[in-house]
Amino acid sequence: MGVFRYTRQSFVREVLFIAIALAFCVPWYILLTLSLKTNTQVYFSPLSLPTKGYFRNYSIAWNQSGLGGSMLNSFIITVASVAGLIVVGSLGGYAIARRESKLASGLYFLFVLGIILPFQLAILPTFFIFRHLHLTGGLLGMILLHIGLTTPLSVFLYTGFVRALPREYEEAAQVDGAGFLRTYLRVVFPLLSPVTGTVAVLSSVVIWNDFFVSLIFLFGSTTQTLPLALYSFVSEDVSQYNLIMAAVAITIVPILAFYIFAQRQLIRGFAGGIRG
Amino acid sequence: MIFDLRTRLGRGSVRRVELARRPRAGGLRRASWLLVVPAAFFLLTLHFIPIVAGGYVAFTDWNGLSTFHWIGLENFRTLIHDPVTRGALVHSVELAGAFFVIVNVLGLALALGLNRTLKTRNVIRSLLFAPAVMSSLSVAFIWQYVFDQSGALNKFLGAVGLQSFQHAWLGDPHWALWTILAVLVWQYTGLVMIIYLAGLQGIPEELIEASAVDGAGMWMRFRRVTFPLLAPAFTISATLTMIFGLRAFEQVLALTGGGPVNASETMATQVWRQAFTFGRFGYGAAIALILTLLMAGVTLTQLVILRGRETQL
Repeated sequence: MGVFRYTRQSFVREVLFIAIALAFCVPWYILLTLSLKTNTQVYFSPLSLPTKGYFRNYSIAWNQSGLGGSMLNSFIITVASVAGLIVVGSLGGYAIARRESKLASGLYFLFVLGIILPFQLAILPTFFIFRHLHLTGGLLGMILLHIGLTTPLSVFLYTGFVRALPREYEEAAQVDGAGFLRTYLRVVFPLLSPVTGTVAVLSSVVIWNDFFVSLIFLFGSTTQTLPLALYSFVSEDVSQYNLIMAAVAITIVPILAFYIFAQRQLIRGFAGGIRG
Repeated sequence: MIFDLRTRLGRGSVRRVELARRPRAGGLRRASWLLVVPAAFFLLTLHFIPIVAGGYVAFTDWNGLSTFHWIGLENFRTLIHDPVTRGALVHSVELAGAFFVIVNVLGLALALGLNRTLKTRNVIRSLLFAPAVMSSLSVAFIWQYVFDQSGALNKFLGAVGLQSFQHAWLGDPHWALWTILAVLVWQYTGLVMIIYLAGLQGIPEELIEASAVDGAGMWMRFRRVTFPLLAPAFTISATLTMIFGLRAFEQVLALTGGGPVNASETMATQVWRQAFTFGRFGYGAAIALILTLLMAGVTLTQLVILRGRETQL
């Protein structure tokens, strides 16, 4: 009596799980159908399938909300921050992992603490310093903030990975006379590519979805990120749910595409990567 | 370079060249500290220094503009006596506690049910995990319609003849906070599930089979074999869900805006509102300091206890 064989009981469980998954997807159904309905249909038959796709909601939402420009901003911020994080995190994590002193483990603990501590307290002084340096309301400030905020996670992941990596390759390269930078770029960094992938997908999701930081540092400026543009759009036009859903659907498309594209890595990263 | 030497000098002399070129270990180590500088710079300037500065501000009456004065524990006294901020503190703890229990129970149950044998497990896993990678704000706006007075849930209840269960979910002080809980649970159950699934994959099948052969029932197998071996997964999940619960912000702003009459304000929304809407930076910092201490205290205690449990195995 194998516990893991496919039996009739497994079939019952399978059906049950399909039902759970369908129930779980009801919000997606609501999002999709509502975004394709007219105002009247939203009012009189909100739960049914739309009789005919009313795609004008999407063009209205797109044109009125500034989602296009903010999507570009979010994209620039995410890509630049992730690139910065990979450089900062891989160098820092490598150095911490390759030293076995008390100082290195102390520093490692401080980075872990940096992951746990919330940003709510630090954001108050940071906001004034950034404003003083004219870094609020612009892309550069957001990129610096996101690199800084996600650095602890990045260092943590790289340190964990490098610790498990044998030293032979680096030593061989150095024996061969390669300088440090060359060793790092040609030998070490390529060996880190699995964890670089994890850092890239995890931090992309976190930075792309960020609302709190952009609300504080970009509010009132012309530079908007995608969640911020959605927030302004909805708070100005709450009554029309079909338009709201169309706008929400537009904000979901890029991350959905990313999810489909990098799903395996995302699931692995979120499940185990956080531990390193 | 070494290849040139090898061809020129022949095999025998390579060893000598190697010895000469091998960098002294000490020299390499000293240089490598430089690599930590960028990461340490960000850690100091965006984490520890502003946290210390913010902690200082919590004891002042700073309004973001003029000079400020040290007022000792005054902010904290106000915080305890003001029903809005005291309420926010209570709501955050209630929300995080309920979220922690529900999402871990559901996530673990789903992971156990989905482990190994099901044919559709990959599709179901992908569907359940998807909300966790979406923007909390986008997700919460969908749910705003679900809970709206004339929204999906009430229409559904009306259609199946349960009119008596209809509520103004978002407008009722007794329900508002729990709508936020519902969204949090929906968004993160899949995340907790994949953490436990990853943990389950590390448990050898033979171990479960063996205990089954030994006559252990399903509950016994779970209690004595599976769950103890899931300790590392539980540590991650517990830490993460506690942090997510305590810092809930987007969901509140999108669903209820903290209302009605502050019934769903959380600590994170209060920090933002007091500091950036009302300009009470000292007061906002005091709330943020409590949130920071609460979060660090709870998660570090959890980590110490749970890691201890892991090593006992």
